[in-house]
This record gives sequence, structure tokens and C-alpha cells, in this order.
Amino acid sequence: MITLTINGLDVQVEEGTTLLEAARHLGFPIPTLCHMDGLTPYGACRLCVVEIGEGPGAKMVSSCTFPVQEGLKVRTASERVLKARRMIIELMLSVCPQSKTIQDLASKFGVRQQRFRQEFKDCILCGLCVRMCEEQMMAKAIGFRGRGESRSIGTPFDIETDVCRRCGGCMFVCPVCELRCTYNEPEKAICGGCANLVPPCVEKDQFDDMMCYMEPCVACEITKD
Amino acid sequence: MENLRSIEEFKRLQAILLEHVDTDIPTIIINAGTCGQASGANEIIRAAKSRILGKRLVDKVNLRITGCHGFCQMEPSLLIEPSRTFYPNVKPKDVERIIDAVLHNEIVENLLYKDPSSGDRIEKQEDIPFFKKQARIILGLNENVDPIRIYNYIENNGYSSLCKILEKGDPTWVVEQVKTSELRGRGGAGFPTGFKWELLAKQQNGESKYIVCNADEGDPGAYMDRSVLEGNPHSIIEGMIIGGYASGATDGIIYIRNEYPLAIKHLIIALNQARDLGFLGENILGSDFSFDIQIVKGAGAFVCGEETALMRSVEGKVGEPRQRPPFPIEKGIYGKPTVINNVETWANIPVIIDQGGAEYAKTGTDGNSGTKIFSLVGKIKNTGLVEVPMGMTINEIVYDIGGGPVGKAKIKAVQTGGPSGGCIPADKFDLPIDYDSLAKVGSIMGSGGMIVLDDNTCMVDLARYFMNFLKDESCGKCFTCRMGTQRMHEILDDISKGIGTLDQIDLLEELALAVKDTTMCGLGQTASNPVLSTLRYFRDEYVEHIQNKRCPAGVCEELIQYYINEECTACGLCKKACPEDAITGEKKVRHVIDTTKCIKCGACKSVCKFDAVETR
Ligand SMILES: Cc1cc2nc3c(=O)[nH]c(=O)nc-3n(C[C@H](O)[C@H](O)[C@H](O)COP(=O)(O)O)c2cc1C
Ligand code: SF4
Ligand code: SF4
Ligand code: SF4
Ligand code: SF4
Ligand code: SF4
Ligand code: SF4
Ligand code: FES
Ligand code: FES
Repeated sequence: MITLTINGLDVQVEEGTTLLEAARHLGFPIPTLCHMDGLTPYGACRLCVVEIGEGPGAKMVSSCTFPVQEGLKVRTASERVLKARRMIIELMLSVCPQSKTIQDLASKFGVRQQRFRQEFKDCILCGLCVRMCEEQMMAKAIGFRGRGESRSIGTPFDIETDVCRRCGGCMFVCPVCELRCTYNEPEKAICGGCANLVPPCVEKDQFDDMMCYMEPCVACEITKD
Repeated sequence: MENLRSIEEFKRLQAILLEHVDTDIPTIIINAGTCGQASGANEIIRAAKSRILGKRLVDKVNLRITGCHGFCQMEPSLLIEPSRTFYPNVKPKDVERIIDAVLHNEIVENLLYKDPSSGDRIEKQEDIPFFKKQARIILGLNENVDPIRIYNYIENNGYSSLCKILEKGDPTWVVEQVKTSELRGRGGAGFPTGFKWELLAKQQNGESKYIVCNADEGDPGAYMDRSVLEGNPHSIIEGMIIGGYASGATDGIIYIRNEYPLAIKHLIIALNQARDLGFLGENILGSDFSFDIQIVKGAGAFVCGEETALMRSVEGKVGEPRQRPPFPIEKGIYGKPTVINNVETWANIPVIIDQGGAEYAKTGTDGNSGTKIFSLVGKIKNTGLVEVPMGMTINEIVYDIGGGPVGKAKIKAVQTGGPSGGCIPADKFDLPIDYDSLAKVGSIMGSGGMIVLDDNTCMVDLARYFMNFLKDESCGKCFTCRMGTQRMHEILDDISKGIGTLDQIDLLEELALAVKDTTMCGLGQTASNPVLSTLRYFRDEYVEHIQNKRCPAGVCEELIQYYINEECTACGLCKKACPEDAITGEKKVRHVIDTTKCIKCGACKSVCKFDAVETR
């Protein structure tokens, strides 16, 4: 067993536990976006950062990937953490303002401005879909391509792939494209906007049909030509 | 080549080789590293060979083809031994005269190096200001060895350090030596090497352990690792064998970027020779220690130099950093304990074993021992690779070795540490260069890039340039690294175009601090340095771009205008060069640029011989 201190409280957990799990065990909330129980922690969104150590040696790590260490002092909501978290959310708003998950985060953490140039992307590259597809669906139909600015998600060569099971698991976990995927059930839709529109994903110019490797789409059964 | 089965056999071979070394006749040394070859070293080699063979001079003069000597600007160059005469920028037609002079123990005066400051001719390499203050314990070996001849290396004390540790027979002694040498990793972070090895030696899980030479060297403009690999591959191999012995590793890997074909070639030859002679493989020199090294070629991404990304790349996966801990020491390549060290770190190992750790630690300063190789480039007279003792001041490097500013310009800062390094303003040039002092002023040692900047360098533009590199080279996994570098670049771009706002400076700073705090690997954690350090020391330049829409250095295209000053002699060159017919002027009348037509291509400025075209 490993003993560490989180926000001043001592906690004993098993070796190999992550800081996120330990903090949640104590009831300290830490926001996450790219984390999901049952999938390997990846550390992509950085929303779960916490501060560890003391004095000038204190630093920030992503709690979903960082393993507990004996005697470690952890702060989950220090000034430094809150400031960084707000900046991360502001950055997220600048990329995917239409995501309900991100909007909720913004309102929860009091982020009321977005000072960067506004973009409307339909993916923040959290990698949940990739891990879902590989680890739970055993399909490995989609993956990351490229690096830096040109990183993206998709099937190999962007063509429909046989390995896809058309399970919809990728769409289910995606924190960004959920609005689109409620299109077929207006009563469950967040704003219902898509019910009155041509499904966004078929308007190729504005949206790449990132989440629709399936044909017909499992959710709305639209067949692409 | 005979496989050596014992230390005695090695010593016998070394004695025989030394007996046959011809010190009576002069040697002509030709620098043929990548840079030398690019500037024509191969023609010089051909000319020298044909002269020597044609005139039957084979037993009157030796020829040695070596790797890089570091004074890039002067390539191709010749060095004569034992007189140490240095001939820069040699042309094939000069070779004949030089060889004849060497035979008669004479000097070709007008081909000697001319000091740009004093105008004097200087004969000996050691007396040239560029070389004078250097301490070339690593780079200096390059001139002594032909990299593809293992015997050459052995003649120069090569593999003696390996022999020494095998004779001692005590791995902990080796670790102790490296610890007392206080050697710190030359790959950037400056982690104490001996300490790392000790940890690896203690690792018990699993039967095999890896040691890795990190030769990914992805910083634009940095090539110190390349020059060591090309010029003295056996020193790396010997270092790694010693490291393997000390830490109980069985497998060595050299992870080298594919863009270094000459280094790869030399390494392959050197590894084969070392294996043939019995320095690698089973039961090295008859001991019970076995170790071998393989080469893995990198995919070319900058981030693959980061150790966890490197390990994944070696395993054949996408080079993407992962969370540390677990550290490579516990869980490295294929889950096995692994130590990764930089090329230059490895090259220091045989020297440390040879001199003894305590002796080695006398070079440099407390806690920052030994030397460091920098690639000195930018707005100074002498550029190239320089190796100096740790703790030398920036002033000495920039003015004494580098020869100071070019022309009338004033040096305003140096940028150290590669793309994610920082700037140090001229008023801090008495700073001794070492890991700790650089960190204190907001920069890093990095792998040793050093770019000198003068008043024609725009700091906003510089930050934008590096951020552009980083936004492309970030692996993209961390949201804050990927988007943060993109957003920082965007703001810098706005400012350089004159459409930035003062609020954006604050936003930039806020974002930079957040990126530093919330990213997973060293790339993201240092990616803000170009922004933070230019803001720290040159904030006024940012403000000038924003408030007065002016680029003080005359660099940012959108904010400058070309004009012709009173130096104009009306030669008309610029008029001919202008693609837009924007320049008008008669004979003997100062020419004028029509700014409404000018597309700011800069052609006029570069053709004018009288510095009459300026920007404002
Ligand atoms: C983005 C990034 C790139 C790096 N590139 C290199 C490199 O090209 N060569 C190198 O030796 N170390 C590089 N490093 C540092 C390595 O991660 C590692 O610290 C080093 O190889 C350890 O060796 P040392 O202890 O001898 O310095 C890089 C680090 C980062 C974060
Ligand atoms: S729908 Fe296809 S791509 Fe999506 S998780 Fe299922 S198998 Fe993978
Ligand atoms: S598509 Fe959705 S789940 Fe997949 S990486 Fe992008 S944001 Fe994450
Ligand atoms: S086609 Fe796919 S992504 Fe588009 S609305 Fe239907 S389910 Fe959603
Ligand atoms: S900090 Fe940047 S380079 Fe490093 S893992 Fe994160 S995204 Fe990749
Ligand atoms: S090239 Fe220079 S000197 Fe000649 S006309 Fe143009 S500005 Fe004048
Ligand atoms: S900058 Fe180019 S376009 Fe402008 S005046 Fe000079 S040569 Fe002509
Ligand atoms: S939840 Fe930890 S980085 Fe995304
Ligand atoms: S002299 Fe230029 S690389 Fe060596």
C-alpha cells in the first residue's frame, strides 16, 4: 500500500493507482475529458492536471496518468491548477464551441470569455474513440494520423474499412460530436437544431464526416452517396 | 582482422601499431565531414591523392581523411602535422602548392588564414582566435583519426579505456568514476550520468537491459552530434561498451536519424570492425562480459528525441511521448530497464575513464564539469562548432571565439537551447554558460545550439519562427501543447503583421505559462520559452509592433518599407533587379522606390553594393 496526501488528507491506496483514482476515492472532484473507466489512460486533454510536490519543485501533472507515489503531496484545486484549468477550457472553447460537454465545463468553472480566434472543429483529438474502438470493440478501425497541427483521426487512407463493426462506440464516447448524433431522436436532442437541418455530416464542406465511417449510419441511417 | 581474445593480445596489437606510426614525415589532414564534403572536400582529396601518387610521394607524406574540425566557414580546410599549419577554403588548384611546400617544410603564406579583425595572416591552427580559447577534448580527437580505420583509433589510445576497466574487473568502480567526474547528460536536461547508471545497475527485473545512444539530433541548425558520430564513431562505441559493463546491460542501441547518411555509414563500418576485433560480441577481450550494439534509424520527427518517444519508436510504434514515471530506468524498451544518453555524453566516457573521474572534474565549474560543444551560428564573424569548458562566459564565446558582430551591426542577444530555448540579452553576456545559470535567466542548455542575434533580428519574428517549428513538431497528443503552440503562433503572427493588440500580449503570456504547466513531455514544457524569454527582455519590441506598427529591426514584412538613402551611387543595379519596375532613377541621380508598386521582395537590397537600400 502507498500513503500519500491529497489536499491535506492522508490516503492509503494500492500501488499502481492513479492520482485521479485516489482523489476520487477521497471524494475530491477532478474534471476529465479524455478519461473513461475501462479505457487505458492516455493523458491527452490535460484537464485533469493537479499540482504535486512543494515549494519551487512543485509541478503539474495529469492525474489520470500519474501513478501514486509514497509520501507525495497533491493539490487538486490550488490557484495554479484552477488557472491552468480555466485556460485549457478557454482553449477548448476556441476550437469546439459547439460541444455540450465543453460548454458545461466552461459554465461550471466560470470561463466566460474566449479570447482566441474562433474555430469550429468537430474533434479535439482526445483519443477516446480510438481507444474505445481498439480496446473495447477490438476493431482498431480508426487511429491517429500525422503530428502537430496536422494530426487527425480517421480510418487508414480515409476510406471505409471492413474492420469497422459499425457499433457506434466511437460516437458514443465522443465529447464533441454528441449533438450531431442525437439528430435522429429530436426529443433527446440538446437543442434540436439538427432536426431541422440537412444532417451536418452530409454537408461535406463544413463537416468532415468524421464520425460516420459506417454506412448506413447506425444512428440516423442516412446512406451516403 | 584478427579477433583479440585477451587484454594481452590487445596490448600487443596496440604496441605494434604504435611502432609503425610514421612520425618522421608530415601528415596532411583533410576535413571531410558532411559540411566539408558539401564545400568540396572530395575534390581536394582527389587532387591530393593524384599529386601524391603521381609524384610517388607515398613515403614522403601521409594523408589523413578525417571528420569535422568545426570551423565550417573555412571548409574545405587542410591541417598539416606536425607543424599545425592551417589552410582554409582550399581550392583544388592550391593543393599542389601546399603539398610541395609541406615537403620542403615551407608555408604558402598567401593561403594562410587571415584574421578578419586584424587582417593578419595566422599560421598555426591553435593561434587562430576561433580555436584559441576552445578546449577540444572531444572534437579535437576528430583530427587525429580517420573514422573508418579502427587501427587509427587504437593508435590514439582508443579502446584503452575499455581495456582498463576490464583489467579492474569491477563495474562499481566504473560507476564511481563517472559519478566523481560529475558528468551531466549533454542531451539537454543535464541529468547526472553516473547516477543514472547506478540506478540501472541496481535494476534486477528481467535478464536483459538496454543502453541507448540518442542520436536523433532534431534541432534545426544543430550538428554537434553528427560531427562526433561521423568523425569519431569508435569513441561512441567504446563509451557504450563501458556503459554496458558498468550497468550490466547486454544490448546497446544507437538511435540515429535517417538524415545522417555519412554518420550511419561510418557507424556501420566501425561496428563491424569492433566486432571483428572482439570489442563487441560474446566474451569481450576474453572476459566474461558480452555486449553488442545495433543501429536503429529514426523516423525523423523532432519529438522522437524525447526518451519515451524514442523507446516507442525503437519498438516500431509511433513516436509519441508517454507519462513518466515509470521512467525508462524501470520500464524502458520492451519493458526492460533502459538508460538513454546523448551522443556527446557517450563520447566523454572514454575520456573520463582514461583520465579518472576526479581529474576530469577539474575542467569546468563546480557541478558543471567538462566541456560542451556548441553550434555557434548567426550574426557573428566566425561560425561553426566550438567546444569550450563549462562556465565560459557568453562574452568570450561571442567576441573572442566568434569574433564579434559582422559589419556595423550591434549584437543584442544570443539564443541558446534550440527551438524551445530562450534568449539572453547582451547585458547578461558575462554569464558563465552552464546548465544552472542558463536556466536561471530563462533559457536552457538544450543540446547546444547558440544563435547570435544583432539589431537586424526581430524578436517577435524570431519567436514566431520557433513557434512555427514547434507547432508542426509537437506530437499533438496533449491538447495544450498542440493547440497552445498553434494559438501562440497565431498571436505572434498577428503582432508581426501589425494587427495585434496590447491585450494579446497578456493573453500570450497567460497561455505560455499554461502550456508550460500542463503538458506531458519536455517539448511542451519548454515550448513557451521563445515567447516568455523574448517577452521578458524585449517586450518593448512587441509593444512597438502593436502601438506604432513598426518593426524596429526592419524584418516584419508587413510593417516595413524599402527606401534608398543618400549612399546611392545611381549604379542602377537595383533597378534591373526589381521584378516590379518599382525603382526609378536616371544616371547620377539617387534612385527612388515607388512604395505603391514595391512588393517587398528584397531583391534591390541584396544587389546593392553600397548599403543604399534600407528598410524602415
Ligand atoms: C522534444 C525533445 C527532443 C529531444 N531531442 C533529443 C535529441 O535529439 N538528442 C538527445 O540526445 N536528447 C534529446 N532530448 C533529451 C532526451 O529526452 C534525453 O533527456 C537525453 O537523451 C538523455 O541523455 P543525456 O542524459 O545524456 O542528456 C530531447 C528531449 C525532448 C523533450
Ligand atoms: S463504429 Fe467502427 S470505428 Fe467506431 S468504435 Fe465501432 S468499430 Fe470502431
Ligand atoms: S472524434 Fe471525438 S472521441 Fe474521437 S478524438 Fe475526436 S473528440 Fe475525441
Ligand atoms: S449521419 Fe452519423 S454523425 Fe451524422 S447525424 Fe447521423 S449519426 Fe450523427
Ligand atoms: S507535450 Fe507536446 S510533444 Fe510532448 S507529449 Fe504532449 S503533445 Fe506530444
Ligand atoms: S543598387 Fe544601390 S547604389 Fe545602385 S542604384 Fe540601386 S540603391 Fe543606388
Ligand atoms: S523590394 Fe523588390 S519590389 Fe520592392 S523595390 Fe526592391 S526589388 Fe523592387
Ligand atoms: S483526463 Fe487526464 S488528460 Fe484528459
Ligand atoms: S566543419 Fe562544418 S560540420 Fe564540421
